[in-house]
Amino acid sequence: MSMPLLRRLALTTAFAVALMAGAATGSARAAGPLTYDLKPTRIAPDTYVFEGSTKHFTRANGGNILNSGFIVTADGVIVIQTGPSRRYGEEMRAAIRKVTEKPIRKVFISNLHPDYWLGSQAFADVPIAALPGTIAGIQEEGSGIADNMYRLVGDWMRGTEVTVPTEPVYGSTVKFGDHRLRLIPLSGHTAADLMILDETTGVLFAGGVVFCDRTPTTPHATIADWLKELDAVDGLDIRLLVPNHGHIRPDKACVAQTRDWLTWLDGTLRHAVDSGLDMAEALELPIPERFEVLDVLREEYRRSVAHLWPKIEQAALPRVN
Amino acid sequence: MGHALYQVGLAGAMIVVAGTAFAASSPSDPLNSVMWEALRDQYFAGAPVVFDDAVRVNAPAAAEDTRAVPVSVDATALGHVVEMVAIADLNPFPLVLRYQPGTAAPYIATRIKIQQATAVRGAARTADGVWHVSGVMVDAAGGGCSAPPASYAQKDWADHVGEVQARLWPADTDGVARLRLRIRHPNDTGLVDGIPAYFVETLQVEAQSPGGSAELAKIDSLEPVSENPVYSLDVRPPPDATALVLRGRDNQGGEIRATIPIPPPGALPAMRPAMSVKPADQPWSVGQ
Repeated sequence: MSMPLLRRLALTTAFAVALMAGAATGSARAAGPLTYDLKPTRIAPDTYVFEGSTKHFTRANGGNILNSGFIVTADGVIVIQTGPSRRYGEEMRAAIRKVTEKPIRKVFISNLHPDYWLGSQAFADVPIAALPGTIAGIQEEGSGIADNMYRLVGDWMRGTEVTVPTEPVYGSTVKFGDHRLRLIPLSGHTAADLMILDETTGVLFAGGVVFCDRTPTTPHATIADWLKELDAVDGLDIRLLVPNHGHIRPDKACVAQTRDWLTWLDGTLRHAVDSGLDMAEALELPIPERFEVLDVLREEYRRSVAHLWPKIEQAALPRVN
Repeated sequence: MGHALYQVGLAGAMIVVAGTAFAASSPSDPLNSVMWEALRDQYFAGAPVVFDDAVRVNAPAAAEDTRAVPVSVDATALGHVVEMVAIADLNPFPLVLRYQPGTAAPYIATRIKIQQATAVRGAARTADGVWHVSGVMVDAAGGGCSAPPASYAQKDWADHVGEVQARLWPADTDGVARLRLRIRHPNDTGLVDGIPAYFVETLQVEAQSPGGSAELAKIDSLEPVSENPVYSLDVRPPPDATALVLRGRDNQGGEIRATIPIPPPGALPAMRPAMSVKPADQPWSVGQ
């Protein structure tokens, strides 16, 4: 009995809200579908990046918080990361098409976090390569990860479905046209992190291993291993470092910045656990001023407390029975 | 049973309305929770309720892990407190725990499951019978209460139920000593298909002294407390205490018992949240 009434009410309300929204925003923003407005920046010969925001996933940015990229080789286009949604992947592919007529040769996905691979649907007709650990992670957690993105950014995700990478890759050097790509498998930021060094141009696509002026994320991190990953980056001869999140730089300053943050974070939480502080209290610990250059600092710090604290505490508390 | 309790609650409410008209002027919920009035009647039936920032509830604005959201309730600003409760309004089981601080400071911290975005409240009842209520909103992806415990992934989980990890820090100048407990238990809500509710129901902390033992604090906990529950309490052990004893029971009769040693001489009292940590460039060892 009451259902039709409720439904009518809901419809009426939705209509009123839509009218008000239209009136408030005017014609400048109200019309037209959502768009990421992706524009490639050329960062090296044949090499382009779509630079994203350094914020968290929001309904304003649609999840565009990453630096995806592509390399135009004589053997076709190599795509690195596909973005947070089907829409992003499709817009990315269309933007690549404006730069080159060459077909997409292969897609690489650096890890299982949502903004790296949820756009893969737009590349379902080409091989999508990732480390075996990333493929397993997406098979296991992909649908939960996608659900959470729908919650966080809403309509931008429309039509997005989990597309599992199709081709496992390992540490190797592969040649596409005149570009030699070194595939570097590591673990620490997640259980399977793929970095791609274009030996031809010296551009390193560092994935989630290096963050630059953006607070590192830790949902799948093992800090001690992550620090070893940073040592590995230090050992590479590179000309340009493309982090998945944050600024692109011609030096390794952000390797040191990422190391500084992780060392502080881990040390601070261990010290707090050992000093009797509770996890809820640790959410509010002061963060040194030098980290204020990192975007979304307090938010990511709090997420990291949730990720790291329970294990540190479990290891530190003595058994008493 | 439930019906009888309901009648008692109703009768209590009517007495208050008739006597002081307090319920009629019961303040509206600052968090605008749709469940507030129902929960108020259920858990504070008839008692006067005020919203009071002297009770500090600390929880993250967004739950990163809905199976273990850190929550602390600190009512030390109220002075003596008889009982405290924690409530997550929109959980299938809103009541998280009841805490009788006894001689302990009115502070409790734990981790809770959250089924969806909700108000999370702490309340403290002072000796005059008034409940002082405060709270925060916690956003969440959801599902914390109906997710299966990770415990069951380990084949030998049943061999470890009831294992206790604990540490007592020395008392500070006010005689308050931080106690941290971690109990191995699935703390199952019963919402996972075919798995009955299985959770720790009672915990009490006693001090052992040459003259005998004395109860320091008591927790009645319910389904929303996280798997492998963790508590921080601020107890006041007598100066001659030789050890603390934790006794508890789950809802299937499983007993929990552990003896917690007094901290060694020279150990430092726990850090207080107001204090900052040591200088940031301290060269801590990492990842051990």
